[in-house]
Amino acid sequence: MTAPATSFGNWWHAFVWRFTNPDRFMRWSRWGAPLFAAIAAVLGLAGLWLGFLAPPDYQQGLTVRILFIHIPAAYMCEFVYACLAVASFLSLVFKHMLADAAAQAAAPLGAGFTVLALATGSLWGRPMWGTWWVWDARLTSVLALLLIYIAYMALRASLDDETKAARAAAILGLVGAVNLPIIHYSVVWWNSLHQGTSVVTGKLAAVYLWPVLLLVLAYMSGFGALWLTRIRTEVWRRRAEAAALRAAQTAARA
Amino acid sequence: MAPHDYSAYIWPAYGLTALVWVVFIASSLTAARRWKKRAAELSGKDERAGR
Repeated sequence: MTAPATSFGNWWHAFVWRFTNPDRFMRWSRWGAPLFAAIAAVLGLAGLWLGFLAPPDYQQGLTVRILFIHIPAAYMCEFVYACLAVASFLSLVFKHMLADAAAQAAAPLGAGFTVLALATGSLWGRPMWGTWWVWDARLTSVLALLLIYIAYMALRASLDDETKAARAAAILGLVGAVNLPIIHYSVVWWNSLHQGTSVVTGKLAAVYLWPVLLLVLAYMSGFGALWLTRIRTEVWRRRAEAAALRAAQTAARA
Repeated sequence: MAPHDYSAYIWPAYGLTALVWVVFIASSLTAARRWKKRAAELSGKDERAGR
């Protein structure tokens, strides 16, 4: 029987290592990823069904249905970057392999959501605003986020030394986080063509709000499934490369 | 006044969203299977070599 934690530090250490030990992570993520995928499928189908039942908006007509996929994508591009930034911080401070793998795994997913947010926003904006694009604060800051994601992935790929790549990417990941409050408050700080916050302020009618909320949760759950899968892939990749290096060293000594 | 037909915007938006999710899922599962197999092969060689 192990001695109970006698200090917060001991308790925190035990708590963190419970979830960040790679072997333990691989064990719980094995069922965690499919569970998140199942939740995403159920919520996604429910959200889409409610969305297609929703009546046309008196101003937007049926283009209101683009919001059901645009708003979740827009939330996710920021949420994923927040996850990347937290993982980057943990990687930089604790030099933990799993934190670095998590940050690396999140980047392509975040870039994909950002592309979706921009593209679906553009497809909504053309009939509503009469233009595919406008250089207003919200759209420009989200485009900047996409460029930060691309820069993060390019930086990682450009450095052969994984330790240096992890450190450099983590620093970039943390610096890029300054863009998150800029995106969020862009519609408040500047005169923006993009509408202001409407989901949390109750400005969205319930018949549209429910599909949006269900699809936001579906996207988050789907991201959870994909993120866990990609972190597991990173762990296998690093194990494979370590084993290959050992084999090469053994062959060289023989 | 006849209502506008916005299907030229709505369907591509949903189509692009579906495509991105398919790419996400396919690329994640393909890479996972490849590296899991590779890691298992190399770990097996490690064990046979007595490491």
